[in-house]
Amino acid sequence: MKHTWTLTKARMRLAMRNRAFLFFSLIMPLSFLFIYLTILVRLLPGGTAYLLGAVLALTVMGSFWGLSVQLVMFREQGILRRFRIAPVGAGAMLASSIISNYFLTLPTVALELLLARRIFHLEHWGNLWGVWALVTLGTVAFAAFGLIVASVTNTMQETQVINNVIWSMFLFFSGATFPLPVMPHAIQRLADFLPATYLVTGLQRALASAATLWELRAELLALAGGSLVAFFISTQLFRWEPEQKVTRQAKAWAAATMIPFLLLGIWESANGQLRQDQKTIYDSLERRAAPHNTPR
Amino acid sequence: MNAVIQVENLTKRYGPVEALRGVSFEVQEGEVFGLLGPNGAGKTTTVEILEGLRTPDGGRVSVCGLDPQRSGESFKQEIGAVLQMTALPEKLRVGEALKLFASFYTRRRDAGELLRRFGLEEKRNAFYMQLSGGQKQRLAVALALVNEPTVVFLDEPTAGLDPQVRREMYDIIEELKQEKKTILLTTHYIEEAERLCDRVAIIDYGRLIALGSPRELKQRSAGTTRIEVRLARPESDGALRQLEAVADCRELDGSYVLHSTSVPQTIVALVKHLEGRSNELASLEIATPSLEDVFLQLTGRRLRD
Repeated sequence: MKHTWTLTKARMRLAMRNRAFLFFSLIMPLSFLFIYLTILVRLLPGGTAYLLGAVLALTVMGSFWGLSVQLVMFREQGILRRFRIAPVGAGAMLASSIISNYFLTLPTVALELLLARRIFHLEHWGNLWGVWALVTLGTVAFAAFGLIVASVTNTMQETQVINNVIWSMFLFFSGATFPLPVMPHAIQRLADFLPATYLVTGLQRALASAATLWELRAELLALAGGSLVAFFISTQLFRWEPEQKVTRQAKAWAAATMIPFLLLGIWESANGQLRQDQKTIYDSLERRAAPHNTPR
Repeated sequence: MNAVIQVENLTKRYGPVEALRGVSFEVQEGEVFGLLGPNGAGKTTTVEILEGLRTPDGGRVSVCGLDPQRSGESFKQEIGAVLQMTALPEKLRVGEALKLFASFYTRRRDAGELLRRFGLEEKRNAFYMQLSGGQKQRLAVALALVNEPTVVFLDEPTAGLDPQVRREMYDIIEELKQEKKTILLTTHYIEEAERLCDRVAIIDYGRLIALGSPRELKQRSAGTTRIEVRLARPESDGALRQLEAVADCRELDGSYVLHSTSVPQTIVALVKHLEGRSNELASLEIATPSLEDVFLQLTGRRLRD
């Protein structure tokens, strides 16, 4: 644990000195906030809290990109092998990258919440405990997904291609860009299987309808299960050296990351609760917008 | 003396390539032991197996009485290493790097003392990316010593450095030698092995082909002097081998390397031979035998080939 904490502090210092990190973890999320709450909000009047949920989800999901790229870069440059010769295990290396990323994501999330409240007239805070729990579990889960991608790809180019494919699915089929209730039925079904959907829906419900922790249990459990499985698998797949080959077994392990979401997706497909929650919250926005649209 | 490193019949294969074919040697406490050989000979594979970074296919290794593959953290506490193909994060400061790595060990040296010793005090707050090649290598050695290791592995510590910086590294390694550190050094520089090592193992194509102190190894060429000549037109090395006092002759890259038991007799005979064939000397160099000659005699190739 001591090594993990020492590495966490070192990684935080390194991240703060990295301009690319500041761009992707501060400038870009704040740009999303401004775009969503100044432009998109016009299409969804009264939807500030709802859209803020999507913005926070995008901020949290950014961990996926950041950590995968960093791990591959460290491996390609031979930085990991320098740590390998020291008494530092894969668990400490991976945990420190997730924890440091979490501590660096929290201020951005807090700033987005504050700006939404002060500048974009967010009417109420919603359930902040729920937001915190979702942000915490979401950051761990998406960071661990990124570490898995980094472990099953051999080069930066390969990592970026796979990241782009997965990221596009997270972005467009989870409700983070287009509300799921307006999407075709097939995409709504697909969304049930994506971890991003649970994060987006949970944050939208916590912010827009102040859903309690108990009401958010499905989303929280999905992300907690995903975090545990993904972190465990990332420690199993971790590679210190660029020439260590990715085995078929490793690829099978990586695919196993989806098991909790596959099971949840099957459950949700049969039960439809997640889609119902999305629809309820979206309909409430439409109802709030309706009086303004009705001609007198 | 105790053997700190024991290597017995070590084998390692990368696909169809046999990188190590039954290498065995021992390194005694306080000894500077060199693995000398051309690129691809199996030096780095050997040292990385000893560091626990690679798994051998066969044979047995022991470092400080521990199995590098199975002893985990207790093994890592005992060793220090300068690796090939490694780096630190670009924006990690020199002082931070020493403190960070020191924090991983139970035995640790003062970071300030290491900075002073390796001439990095002024660079304490510099980022790793701002260091020159020589400074990065000095930092690598400082990091290898941060835990007061029992054994230090130096894998090609001067590769790619300019001659002046290389000499600085020699001074540093000689200081470690005076401290009676057990050091395993890999190199393909003859000068480095001759100057720094108490004993040298010459490795070629994954086999250990000679082992002994530099003096013992050079005695294999005892009584001979190396004469390297370039000729205006090629000659058969068989004809040159017949010259007076020539013990051995090999053609290498257009030069002829003769080992002579009497330099004046050989040179006179060579000049006469060339005159008879209307050939001329383009250049001639005379040198006392080095480990290069030992390698040449054993393999028929130069070390840098």
